[in-house]
Amino acid sequence: MNEIIQGFVEAIELIFSLNPEVIEITVRSLYVSLSATAFASIIALPAGAYIYFNEFRGKRAVINLLQTLYALPTVIVGLAVYLMISRSGPFGFLGMLHTPQGMIVAQTILIIPLITGLTVSALSGIDREMRYTIISLGSSQLQSITTILREAKFAILAAVLLGFGRAIAEVGTVMLIGGNIRGLTRVLTTTIALNTSMGNFSLSIALGIILLGVALVVNVVLNLVQRG
Amino acid sequence: MIEAQSIKKVYGEMEVLHGVELSVGEDDIMGIIGPSGSGKSTLLRILDLIEPPDSGDLSLFDVDVVEQRDRVVELRRRMGMLFQKPIVFNTSVYENVALGLKYRHVGKNEIDRSVKELLEEVGLARYLRSNVRNLSGGEQQRVSLARVLVTDPEILFLDEPTANLDPKSSETIERLVMRMNRDRGMTVVMNTHDMLQGQRVAKRIGVMIGGEILQVGTPREIFYAPHNTKIAHFVGVDNIHDGKVLRREHQITAVEVAGTTLYVGEPPPTHRDRVKVIFRGEDVTIGIGETAQTSARNVLNGTIAEISDIAPFMHVKVDCGFPVSALVTVRSAEEMEISEGKPAWVSIKASALHLIAESEEREG
Repeated sequence: MNEIIQGFVEAIELIFSLNPEVIEITVRSLYVSLSATAFASIIALPAGAYIYFNEFRGKRAVINLLQTLYALPTVIVGLAVYLMISRSGPFGFLGMLHTPQGMIVAQTILIIPLITGLTVSALSGIDREMRYTIISLGSSQLQSITTILREAKFAILAAVLLGFGRAIAEVGTVMLIGGNIRGLTRVLTTTIALNTSMGNFSLSIALGIILLGVALVVNVVLNLVQRG
Repeated sequence: MIEAQSIKKVYGEMEVLHGVELSVGEDDIMGIIGPSGSGKSTLLRILDLIEPPDSGDLSLFDVDVVEQRDRVVELRRRMGMLFQKPIVFNTSVYENVALGLKYRHVGKNEIDRSVKELLEEVGLARYLRSNVRNLSGGEQQRVSLARVLVTDPEILFLDEPTANLDPKSSETIERLVMRMNRDRGMTVVMNTHDMLQGQRVAKRIGVMIGGEILQVGTPREIFYAPHNTKIAHFVGVDNIHDGKVLRREHQITAVEVAGTTLYVGEPPPTHRDRVKVIFRGEDVTIGIGETAQTSARNVLNGTIAEISDIAPFMHVKVDCGFPVSALVTVRSAEEMEISEGKPAWVSIKASALHLIAESEEREG
């Protein structure tokens, strides 16, 4: 029990003294996950819009597949990306294994289905009569799409934030792809995993508090967004 | 303006429209009445080019829209549609009303002038910058109407525009629509389940039942001379009886109904002698005691069989050998001390009776 209390006290000290290692790991985590969210959004938002606005064979199956992939295990994505970018893999020449760039690629792949699927859901939340109204007001196809996207913007932003939440909290891909190299690929979740196994609880607790803080900020922003 | 022929629409396995025929001219106000689920809304969406028909011919502004699908946006911009449910976008009242003009790339100053003018017309100028979601349902519907009218459509479609609205908003919408028709020559096609609204606003009415338009005519023709009993029931005709044509005397047809001869002020509809005699409850005069002197050709004696309250009227059924339903005001019913079992007389003018051919009935 004393160990835990002592761990908490030391964790608070590490945070408030702006410990360089804590700062470095936190900044790297944010860099990797924010970049992955940005890249995933660039792909997933248009993909979600395309799926919603177009009728094609197998549309329902695609949506079902996306929803299944919400629960895509992180280690499977990690393994797949590892095989692709390892020296003997087809993209081995890029030298991305054990780099933050490789971690960004893995997290991007991880959250694309989530953001795409939630974008389709966000757009489906637009009332059928609202779509009729937009068409009836004389919009061109492009004007219809931009009006609907604007109307669904809060739900779409929520999809992006949920994607970021999944990326920053996961440990499987960043551990496999990044390799948890100190000063290079070590992020919040991998540091917590390593230090806990080493019995170094104070750093784990400090980083856990920061991770929870990030989750809290995401949650608060999400609530504000959903209230419009 | 609008020429629709044999319009069919199928959703999945369900055929919603079975060959609709409709012609609407310039300056017309066409009311479409019909029960829920009869296909009225689907028809308006097809006419407003929101969705295409599965088959049939449709011409708007003398353009064959089935052939020339590439002109859909251009034609749609000459029309406007107001839906039953107030549809507003999550932004200011001003931005809501300006939307259609922005789609048409109208200049900023022109948008500003038009939007303010229309909001003044619908009595919402004071909410210009408010978020539209803070307004009441009736006010939101007025914003929706302003958004349509600001684009100055040549044809305006209204899909049950005042259902569930407060009387003030309903009145504002009706008044504005009638004025736009009068002053700007705007053609209006309006779906309504409100018979009184149909009579108040429409110049012509189409009755749509089961995915077909069964009759088009003036409100008077529809409510007093329906083509068949299906329409008669829908437009609230209380009295529909089987009859047999006895003879024709000048402009009057004598018809036997349950052993009683009724005189009808129109010729028989076919050469066959089996007909339906119909008349509305409000055209029946009812009295208690000695039969009054009246110019009406049909005066019948009977007994009050049933009284029901349908405020602000009383529905009184008199057994005259066949049931005759009359509508009387609550005040009249009280003054006459109407009660079940009391002897009474009814009178109906020959001109208030209408004949339907039984053969038409089978076709309808």
